[in-house]
Amino acid sequence: MDNFSYVNATDLEQVTSLLTDNGWGEVMVVAGGTDLLGELKEYIETPKTLINLKSLPGMDSISMDTTGITIGALTTVADIANHPTIQQRYTVLAQAASSVATPQIRNVGTLGGNLCQRPRCWYYRDETVNCLKKGGDTCYAVDGLSKYHAILGGDPVFIVHPSDIAPALIALGASIKIVGPEGEKTIKVEEFFTLPATNPFRENVLQPNEIVVEVHVPQPKQGTKSFYLKAREKGAPDFALASVAGVFEMAGKTCQNASIVLGGVAPAPWRSTEAENILSGKLINETVSNNAGASAVKDAQPLNDNAYKVTLTQNLISRTAMMAVS
Amino acid sequence: MASWGEASQSRLIGKRITRLSGKDKVTGKAKYTYDINRPGLLYGRILRSDVARANVVGLDLTAAEELPGVKAVIELTQVGNQLRYQGQEIAAVAAETDDIAKDALRLIHVELEELPFVVTEEDAMAEGAPEIRDWTGNKSNPGVDERGNLEAGFEEAAVTVEATYHTPVQTHVCLETHGNVAEWRGEEYLTFWASTQAVFGVRNDLARTFELPANQVRVITEHMGGGFGSKFGPGIEGHTAVRLSKMTGKPVKLMLTRRAEHLVAGNRPSMTQHVKAGATSDGRLVAYDMQGYGTGGISSGAGFTGPYVYHVENLRTQRFNVATNAGNQRAMRAPGHPQGAFAMDSLMDELAEKLGMNPLEFRRLNDQSEVRQAQYTLGAQEIGWHKRNTIPGSGTGIMKRGMGVGSGQWGGGGGRGTQARVTINADGTVEAVTGTQDIGTGIRTAIAIIVAEELGLQPTDISVTIGDSEPGLPSGGSGGSQTTPSVAPVIKTAAEAAKQKLFAHVAPLLQAPVDDLRIGTGTIYVASDRTKTVTWKQATGQLGMESISEGGNWDQELRQGGVAGTQFAEVEVDTQTGQVKVLKIVAVQDCGLAINRLATESQINGGVIMGLGQTLLEERIMDPQTGRMLNANLEDYKVPGTFEIPEIKPIVFDTHRRVSGVGEPPCIPTLGAIANAVYNAIGVRIRELPITPDKVLTALAQKKA
Repeated sequence: MDNFSYVNATDLEQVTSLLTDNGWGEVMVVAGGTDLLGELKEYIETPKTLINLKSLPGMDSISMDTTGITIGALTTVADIANHPTIQQRYTVLAQAASSVATPQIRNVGTLGGNLCQRPRCWYYRDETVNCLKKGGDTCYAVDGLSKYHAILGGDPVFIVHPSDIAPALIALGASIKIVGPEGEKTIKVEEFFTLPATNPFRENVLQPNEIVVEVHVPQPKQGTKSFYLKAREKGAPDFALASVAGVFEMAGKTCQNASIVLGGVAPAPWRSTEAENILSGKLINETVSNNAGASAVKDAQPLNDNAYKVTLTQNLISRTAMMAVS
Repeated sequence: MASWGEASQSRLIGKRITRLSGKDKVTGKAKYTYDINRPGLLYGRILRSDVARANVVGLDLTAAEELPGVKAVIELTQVGNQLRYQGQEIAAVAAETDDIAKDALRLIHVELEELPFVVTEEDAMAEGAPEIRDWTGNKSNPGVDERGNLEAGFEEAAVTVEATYHTPVQTHVCLETHGNVAEWRGEEYLTFWASTQAVFGVRNDLARTFELPANQVRVITEHMGGGFGSKFGPGIEGHTAVRLSKMTGKPVKLMLTRRAEHLVAGNRPSMTQHVKAGATSDGRLVAYDMQGYGTGGISSGAGFTGPYVYHVENLRTQRFNVATNAGNQRAMRAPGHPQGAFAMDSLMDELAEKLGMNPLEFRRLNDQSEVRQAQYTLGAQEIGWHKRNTIPGSGTGIMKRGMGVGSGQWGGGGGRGTQARVTINADGTVEAVTGTQDIGTGIRTAIAIIVAEELGLQPTDISVTIGDSEPGLPSGGSGGSQTTPSVAPVIKTAAEAAKQKLFAHVAPLLQAPVDDLRIGTGTIYVASDRTKTVTWKQATGQLGMESISEGGNWDQELRQGGVAGTQFAEVEVDTQTGQVKVLKIVAVQDCGLAINRLATESQINGGVIMGLGQTLLEERIMDPQTGRMLNANLEDYKVPGTFEIPEIKPIVFDTHRRVSGVGEPPCIPTLGAIANAVYNAIGVRIRELPITPDKVLTALAQKKA
């Protein structure tokens, strides 16, 4: 990696002002570093300054009140995965967190970092390949090898978003607090992520001078069941070929309301309103589940090597739905 | 006649004995080449080609040379040369820190004229493809074999199968990457710490290359982190470390990056074979017609077996190499066998199904190995073969289980060329020295066991020195499963000779003739009068100021080549996700006399895991667009982890009391066993490895349609 100067953050104002003075990539923030270090070592990013966020006080805890839970951006993935209340009431989130990488990475990787991590695309991660995402003119996945790439929402960059936690948060209706030089704002996690058609170079709405500080997850209704299913080639560590975060407000075997958010198949976590519409208000059975799965992928546009993801996604959705009634 | 004696008489040999270096390894005390840090050490790094094929038109080292902390920069290619694969060496630096070395590489200015390339077999053989070496159409002249009367064979056949099987290029993934530390003393003596599987081979190479007398080169490999066939020579990185060290007068450490390890440190070639075979209605394999090819990158050597294991009277085979712009193949654990075994065992199952026969029975009818016949019975019992689906894919539900079988064979009889010395000192200490190296199979412990058995001691009593050329006791490279059968007989006869010498010293004390003396546990006693006994220390005390030091010889009666193996697999396939989970592998491995049963089992486990990786996960992925290997890391080049390891039942099938090597054979039958189990589970055959979820889901969809 290139040399850089290293600054310990003291407060948010200092962080945003340091960021403000520079554009993308000149000054970067680091927390767990499990993703960023890889990018630095491969010269995908070459910042002049790194701001260590770990020195910020009070941003690494999980608190609860009647409205739900609030998780600081510096909370480790392991702390989310192992939190008893999250395991019990926000199951999809605990399952998603525990599916991330390895124990070592979960112990240092943070919530904020997980949401802001960059794509794993093998063209993007090769310094010597100047792909569209890095300012070149070609997304090599289109005519190249695309086994791990997007089947939905890809154009013009066919990366997939690698986060497991993001689909879970979106399915739970979570919101995210962002701090910038003008102060803080809170938006839905769903609105945080963007597609390449909007901006091929970034995966979310953050401006160069903004950082994520916390996430709030509303308390699920009584009778809610939730699951995170992740298909991968290897037990661990491996990124999702496809994943489904499913949150089901159940009354007996009837689903009153369903949230279905997909991971590993699109450049951003992908809410399937089609699947949600089919499941919501229905008695869940095999036919309904299968229909929900099929509806989610009906507009999928696979590349050369990833048509299997269509079937896989469909099957995962139907399996998740069936879990709500088993 | 020399012999290892009866099993009932063995106190240590054939028992399960903990590896002597185990504690050092798990506590980090064991020093690998990576761990060697010498005073004044410099760090070497190599600049490599990013592209698959290019002419070097400019190369300027100046900026790198001027970077503070850089001590040497050298060219590894020249303007006018052609680079022929990604990762090929361009230049190297030595610097005070590894970070400076890395920075220096980026300051080397290289100007390339990129050329059309071919990185896949398909592209290489396409009409109009650029010819990248001295072969017409990038294809070598085929090797052809014919036996019997193929036409008559097919006429006799009641059923035929025609299919194409493919295995991709697999890389070795040594946990310790290739690399060395080179240190000169003046201009005439070179010490070289090497991660190698051939200490003396490396010594001789360096002596030749740098024009030194062989006794002025010392190669040390106390511990090494895996070689699998890829670490026989010092390699370009080794020669480079020596050059940089010579230029700077400082020790230089140069270890490959993980990326370079994938790109240039060898690989198992691919295999594509189209085969048509026939069998008679009573289950005899009578015709085998195969055309196939593989790529070993820019080099040749992409051979594979076929037919394999099973007997066929009439055959015709034709094999050739395809040149691609990719790193050279090197020997990899049972070269040519796992690929060939996968194809043959798949073919055997396909024929059996057409015949309506149990695939195990069909094998029995065509397998002339009595050993494997017995192994089939044992393995089938252990896995519960009768519980498999008689109709493939007939299981109900989402998760479908199946069973399969595969076979293998290997040599592993060892060879001459090992010298060893066993020394007994007056204080009772015992040393065993030889120039072999422990590639991971546990030869250090095996040597201690043999000497301890012979002298009535414990393995921990024996001080074993291996992995060092300085004592001047050569041994061969650890390849071909040859180490134990090459070394063990020499150690055994050396220990025996030392024992006889000691008996001569002790005979007067015990007032008995030498041939009446015997070794007890920590004692020497008189066979005809067991009341006459001395302790080991009393005995060695007789040596006074002397030591006994004896060599041995490679007594052929103590070793034997030719081992057979069979494996049974049970798998579970998730038909919704395409994920294959191996539940159990029963590995019945013929191995002659197991010196250390625990290490032998461990070797079998390791082979099975490697075979599993090749079947389900591993594949070098080359991009036809950019010419790059897309998964030159351990994220997308997937090797088995703890979640993939099934229950493994290693069965040490010791058929005789002579030593055979067992390093390679256990990785062979796994591929066919798992692939056939997947078929038995889902009823659709996948003829291309690795069997990943995408292939399973695609196959299931085709079956449905």
